[in-house]
Amino acid sequence: MRFIDVIGTAIGNSFRSKLRTTLTVIAIFIGAFTLTITSAIGTGVSNYITTQVSAIGASDVLTVTKATTTASAGSGPAKYDPNKATTTAGVDSGARPGSTIAALTQKDIDVIGASKGITSVDASIRISPDYIEYGSNGKYELSISTNGALTKADLAAGAQLSSSSAENQLLVPTTYLKNLGLGTAKEAVGKSVTIGLTDYAGAKHEVTAVIVGVQNETLFGSGVGINKHLTEALSSAQSTGKPVDAKPGYASAVAHFDPASSPQQITAIKKALTDNGYAAATVADQIGSFEAVINGIIGVLNAFAVIALIAAGFGIINTLLMSVQERTREIGLMKAMGMSGGKVYALFSTEAVFIGFLGSAIGAIVAIGVGSIISSVLATTLLSGLPGLRIMQFAPSSIAVIIGVVMLIAFLAGTLPARRAARQNPIDALRYE
Amino acid sequence: MNSAVLVANEIRKSYGHGSSRFDALKGVSLRILEGESIAIVGKSGSGKSTLMHLLALLDDPDGGQILVEGSDAKTLSAREINRLRNQDFGFVFQQFFLTPNATVLDNVVLPLKIAGVGPKERNARGMAALEQLELADKAKSKAINLSGGQKQRVVIARALVNNPKVIFADEPTGNLDTATGAVVEDILFALNKEKGITLIIVTHDIELAARCDRRFFIRDGVEETTTNVEGVTS
Ligand SMILES: Nc1ncnc2c1ncn2[C@@H]1O[C@H](COP(=O)(O)OP(=O)(O)OP(=O)(O)O)[C@@H](O)[C@H]1O
Ligand SMILES: [Mg+2]
Repeated sequence: MRFIDVIGTAIGNSFRSKLRTTLTVIAIFIGAFTLTITSAIGTGVSNYITTQVSAIGASDVLTVTKATTTASAGSGPAKYDPNKATTTAGVDSGARPGSTIAALTQKDIDVIGASKGITSVDASIRISPDYIEYGSNGKYELSISTNGALTKADLAAGAQLSSSSAENQLLVPTTYLKNLGLGTAKEAVGKSVTIGLTDYAGAKHEVTAVIVGVQNETLFGSGVGINKHLTEALSSAQSTGKPVDAKPGYASAVAHFDPASSPQQITAIKKALTDNGYAAATVADQIGSFEAVINGIIGVLNAFAVIALIAAGFGIINTLLMSVQERTREIGLMKAMGMSGGKVYALFSTEAVFIGFLGSAIGAIVAIGVGSIISSVLATTLLSGLPGLRIMQFAPSSIAVIIGVVMLIAFLAGTLPARRAARQNPIDALRYE
Repeated sequence: MNSAVLVANEIRKSYGHGSSRFDALKGVSLRILEGESIAIVGKSGSGKSTLMHLLALLDDPDGGQILVEGSDAKTLSAREINRLRNQDFGFVFQQFFLTPNATVLDNVVLPLKIAGVGPKERNARGMAALEQLELADKAKSKAINLSGGQKQRVVIARALVNNPKVIFADEPTGNLDTATGAVVEDILFALNKEKGITLIIVTHDIELAARCDRRFFIRDGVEETTTNVEGVTS
């Protein structure tokens, strides 16, 4: 029998019992549909994160914090060390209110700077300004993006911040434009705004700065970005009246290393810091843990889809066993007429693969249709706060893989019935009533 | 005309094991010459179909030997046996064994499809076989919609579509009325006379047996010699 006739006959046979084939196809459809949707979410989210990461760009930066002394539950609080600087956790440290976190002292900053592979280090200074105002349009609260200086913003208009400029520069998110009365993104660029803050002694200060760019809202940049010059200006205004003997403490430091470092070298740099009692993470590490959570969720969804497919596989076994039973005589006749066992096997496994193909192709096509609609609806409603995120993206390669895997499962499910058919003795089959 | 196409030497076949063991053939020897027509005659359950299946290499004997054109069937590869069954043998089984929902033409060309003949050629040859049996107008009908006599002719068309050397027919007229049975018999004997196809007909019909060149009588799995046959003389 020719290959093409095997396929034609197998397809014809699968349509002979329409109801049975349809039910099996539906079972496969459900699994393939789910897999296509979950893999599309995976692609959508990871593409989004990749663009976000490349927007951040700073691959030569480590965020360094003091490794928390492991005061594990049960061992009680660690002994107080008067020489250890702490920052009282509150609005400006990001830790649980009322708790104390280990802060970095100037000595720590020097140690980090001297660590192997580190080219330069800057202590992150926490700025907590009170308001931002443009002209006389009213005062608004603002939050300063902590990684503003080390990231490359996804710009809607204007330019990136300059760390060498002797000008007070800032980047505002698109969401600030309307409230501050800045007009469109293009119009906002070049305008001067006033930032107000309270110093150590309670006196009010105002600093003016120029908007150099407008930033699209991203996962990591919903605050205002400020350049080095402005950071210093705000910081010095903020610490006016600070007692001289107050130990300065920084929540974290930003360390730079050679951008050409290989992943192994980066690991070594991080290890050197860890050995000295610091925790160091690159931007990719920080985002990576976020991505790992999403991948975990997608993995669980995929596992459910695969379970559905395995159940569907048993549906295929059942369908084919019934059709082998029903066609016993026909198989006997074909074997009597000189059809080899191998061809009989091929006939039934092709039928299984075809049923698998039918279910997975329909599942994938429907998933693409439904998913694209849901995805565009969500992009303008629920997820409109995350511009650029298309939650489901259908990659042709992953759809091909899904269809391929389903066909493989179908083939494996078909082996048992196909073997039974191939082994039939023509005479027993012909005598079968 | 007188070389043997099939030879059976003392073949035995039993079914089942132990106490339920049944010896269907207890040592049967038979020579079938090229171009002859032979009737295998016996009562129901005497082992006729079993003998035919062994001769057609559809089953293996438990003892004895079968020679196909001089070579022992045991030495033939599975591939070679498949080729023989596909190209040299044509089968007309006791039941029709037609695929009910397939067309008459599709049923007839099944051996050609198995042989790997392309669709054009196999349809042409299938139509030729159907014309020979005056069924060309039914080619597109479903097999299930034919009368008994028409089905039997379709089965014969299927048996000869490959131009076989030997046609095995198990009760070819068993399911037919006398008139239609006669038509089918005429077709078979015409094939034997005109194309020299060897005919091996299993039957319990004495009249059909009488039309064959030779008769082989079987009773309870052994050959019955002419002396103990009642009624018919060869
Ligand atoms: N698969 C089998 N298992 C057990 N016994 C069998 C089997 N096939 C055939 N037999 C027995 O072998 C004997 C011969 O059977 P066979 O079919 O050859 O008879 P037959 O001469 O063709 O009869 P009929 O004219 O009724 O077709 C019968 O008694 C039958 O019951
Ligand atoms: Mg019989």
